[in-house]
Amino acid sequence: MDTIAAISTALGVGAISIIRVSGEDSINIVNKIFKGPDLAKVQSHTIHYGYIVDKKQVIDEVLVSVMLAPKTFTTENIVEINSHGGIATTNKVLELLLLNGARLAEPGEFTKRAFLNGRIDLVEADGIMNLISAKTESSRALSINQLTGKVTNNIKELRNKLVEILSHIEVNIDYPEYEDIEELTTDKILPKLCSFQSNLEQIIKDSHDGKIINEGINVGIIGRPNVGKSSLLNALLEEEKAIVTDIEGTTRDIVEGKITLNGVILNIIDTAGIRETDNVVEKIGVEKSKEMINKCDLIILMLNHNEELTQEDLNLISTLQNKNSIILINKIDLDKKLDRNQLKDNKYIELSIKENKGIDVLKQRIIEIFNLGNLETKDLTYLSDARSIALLKKSLSYIENAIFSIQQKEPIDIVEFSIKDAWETLGEIIGETYKEELIDELFSRFCLGK
Amino acid sequence: MKEYEIIVVGGGHAGCEAALASARIGHSTLLITGNIKNIATMPCNPSIGGSAKGIIVREIDALGGEMGINADKTLIQMKMLNSSKGPSVHSLRAQADKITYPQEMLKTLNQQENLELREGMVEDLIVKENTVKGVILANGEKISSSAVILTTGTYLKSDILRGSTRTRSGPHGEAPSLHLSDNLKKYGFEILRLKTGTPPRIERSSIDFSKAKREDGDKTPYTFSHDISPLYDVENQEPCYLVYTNQNTHKIILDNLSKSSMYGGLNDIKGVGPRYCPSIEDKITRFRDKERHQLFLEPESLSYDDIYLQGFSTSMPTEIQEEMVHSLEGLEHAKILRYAYAIEYDAIYPTQIYASLETKILKNLFTAGQINGTSGYEEAACQGLIAGINASLKIEGKNPLILKRNEAYIGVLIDDLVTKGTMEPYRMLTSRAEYRLLLRHDNADLRLRDYGHKVGLIKEEKYNRFLEKKKNIELLKEELKQKKLTPTEEVNNVLQKLNSPSLKDGITIYDLLKRNEITLSSLIENHLLTLDYSKEVMNEVEIQVKYEGYIKKVEREAEKMLKNESKQIPKDIDYQKVTNLASEARQKLERIRPTSIGQASRISGVNPADISILMIYLRKNYNE
Repeated sequence: MDTIAAISTALGVGAISIIRVSGEDSINIVNKIFKGPDLAKVQSHTIHYGYIVDKKQVIDEVLVSVMLAPKTFTTENIVEINSHGGIATTNKVLELLLLNGARLAEPGEFTKRAFLNGRIDLVEADGIMNLISAKTESSRALSINQLTGKVTNNIKELRNKLVEILSHIEVNIDYPEYEDIEELTTDKILPKLCSFQSNLEQIIKDSHDGKIINEGINVGIIGRPNVGKSSLLNALLEEEKAIVTDIEGTTRDIVEGKITLNGVILNIIDTAGIRETDNVVEKIGVEKSKEMINKCDLIILMLNHNEELTQEDLNLISTLQNKNSIILINKIDLDKKLDRNQLKDNKYIELSIKENKGIDVLKQRIIEIFNLGNLETKDLTYLSDARSIALLKKSLSYIENAIFSIQQKEPIDIVEFSIKDAWETLGEIIGETYKEELIDELFSRFCLGK
Repeated sequence: MKEYEIIVVGGGHAGCEAALASARIGHSTLLITGNIKNIATMPCNPSIGGSAKGIIVREIDALGGEMGINADKTLIQMKMLNSSKGPSVHSLRAQADKITYPQEMLKTLNQQENLELREGMVEDLIVKENTVKGVILANGEKISSSAVILTTGTYLKSDILRGSTRTRSGPHGEAPSLHLSDNLKKYGFEILRLKTGTPPRIERSSIDFSKAKREDGDKTPYTFSHDISPLYDVENQEPCYLVYTNQNTHKIILDNLSKSSMYGGLNDIKGVGPRYCPSIEDKITRFRDKERHQLFLEPESLSYDDIYLQGFSTSMPTEIQEEMVHSLEGLEHAKILRYAYAIEYDAIYPTQIYASLETKILKNLFTAGQINGTSGYEEAACQGLIAGINASLKIEGKNPLILKRNEAYIGVLIDDLVTKGTMEPYRMLTSRAEYRLLLRHDNADLRLRDYGHKVGLIKEEKYNRFLEKKKNIELLKEELKQKKLTPTEEVNNVLQKLNSPSLKDGITIYDLLKRNEITLSSLIENHLLTLDYSKEVMNEVEIQVKYEGYIKKVEREAEKMLKNESKQIPKDIDYQKVTNLASEARQKLERIRPTSIGQASRISGVNPADISILMIYLRKNYNE
């Protein structure tokens, strides 16, 4: 049986999460992403310290338990990775496992295997059957919902492009003598695949969910000098001491600090030195701020309750159009001088950083904007983000194989294997795995026959 | 009452293979056909093979069937299709002579021990306790047997459709079977109505070939059979010709569309036609912006003058057919010898048969060919062969021969039919085979000859020759692993000449051969290698080595499938008792009654959760 993986603990911020891998290859697969002792050589039922790495980048510091068949829950080889929790990290680990040959476990599959391998009592069988039939529907709906409509459409479009190529190749093979159907040679496919490759790369990069899970949300804090930007940063960081870093982040910008919210990383972007108290906005100019604003997923604009609204503030408000943004009015502990009417329809949150008032409201608002609440409350074992991203990446690697195979001058029916793999993998993401699809396509697109 | 072990009903391509297989295995066999003159005729296109179909013919030959060798004896043109593509899609297609092909087959049947032929129209079966015991002819005569194989082709209640006329008749005016399909319904079979068509035949001397593009056979000789050398004169093959429809043709068709049987000429058509074999009316209406459609002129025989107009199948009335044909360039003065027609006929839903081709409803009754919903000579022949083998095994009390999807196109075909069913005449396509890379033209014998030998169709002499070849393939692979080339100037010069990167370290020939630009013959020609093996063995080794990585990958996928295939589902399972199954899945499982978890998982509408539930149920109740 193939090797399966899933997050087997309910996730909460700060908790330890366990990712369980079961199956013949579980040790090999974990070994590929584990830096530490060689798990193939360790004794059964032992725990090991090390790191989960993606290529050379460290993802998490972990403890890994190795349990060899048959004395395990499923009677198969089991590896359990104890990670530091947080949706981002745990999903990343799961994604790496899926990318390296594991398959996301179906609902109840560990228990199912335990049963099929004679490990648990017959009485439990009915329970498992109930579980499977109950969960399948909801998890299938979930896995589709997880992707925004835009991503689903993108994937459909990508699949269409591939099925066009595939059905054309198939027609050339099954009807080799139809001269009025152009012969699709590997030379002609190559540019199509290359543009497809960059499309796919872009989608992986842009995928809202993917970005949130993998890289976190880029947050920019803007505002005139002395409105309290650095205090806000410090206040946010204060509560999340464990994650404060001063290292360069994964994004191209300098990250001033990272905090986690519902397990998702917020990268607070340095808006050209918000820690400094000199006149930043004057220094970098509105043009510069606009550029910075474009790079952020969320802009927090801070205003001062204690000062009247200036032209500069209004300019900044106008830059927020079509952006995820939150307007904060700070210093509500002081006298009110800011006229709310001038803000027109813009919603705002009032707070006093000094008195630690309103920060929770801000966090709640961020959670609402990015729908992070859903990430936490849904059953995370079947959360499909990691799976979708792993499948997108897998599909990309098949396209790369196809391109390589063309460069190696392999014949078209061999090249087609990789294209078909890519197409099927994309189909898995959105639940389209109908095998007859290709044949239907063939007959609807081409005019054939005796 | 006369008695036989096996009765085969029908003398088409399925019937011939079924009768020969059962007689060769050693069972007394009777083949009953409406007209002995029509044995093994080709009522539609004059060719054997084609993409994927050519590989089926190789598989038939590997198992000990007759179609390959009979085509080799009578072909008038041969081509290897897709030869510019990779080895998994190479496939032979022959233009066969429509006169000599049936003659040769009849000769073979007549010479076959244990086999009798007779004319008659089977209209009913003798059935006792859900088991077939023989057949009843139209004149009431009863003939008993232990097993019956139905290969009725398009003869079940067939109607010829042309314009607004519907005529109850078999192909080319032959008598159809009027009651057999009703009687099958009486026993509980669900009947399906299908439709197919055939284009007009044109008199050769009335065609101006100077306006058509000539298409010749290959200059390399080939055979379908694994056991003989080519019998035809490579230099003297019959050409085919290519012509096109034009705007005028399209106008005639569109102007007269309502006269076509399918477009209003007849309003009682229930038969479903194949998408891959559309009539010219379908092509023009479905692809309106296409300026022209390609047609082939194919000779039907050396001994008569008919040219088959491939691509021009129609159910227009005859006078419109005249106009349509005359609008084609080069055919302005063409004489139509036989008009095109569509034919509607009965078949059974193929999910009512097991993969052995025995029906689920009546024991010892087997069905093969168009009655199972397929189309094509090759598709029919291979089912006939399997039905002949399995009827024999059944009466011997042995397990049936069931080829798997990773073993043969025949396995794919039968599994598709009995698992998914079909709503249109089923034709084999390479895209139906997920393990296509394993199902090649070149390795049909390596895949199947052992089975042919085991059931008794491949006799010792042929089998020993095969074992010798198999041994040589392994020896050559070993030899190539031993032989090394070092980066000398001589070697690198040759590699440069072959557009291949030069060597820095030593390399075995085996590894060098993995490069796409390197072939064994190029190394031999350039004196880097001497080998003493047959061309066939070298070719096989070259494919196995070159595509080793891909082949292994596909083999791993196939292994996964086989694991599920080996998980049997008990025949007596009651799906009503499997709680939690989705209702669609339960219905499908009840109807198809898959024999393994693997087969169950291929049924459309049965999803992975249903499979899990089924597995748990089996474990709990059968403790397998």
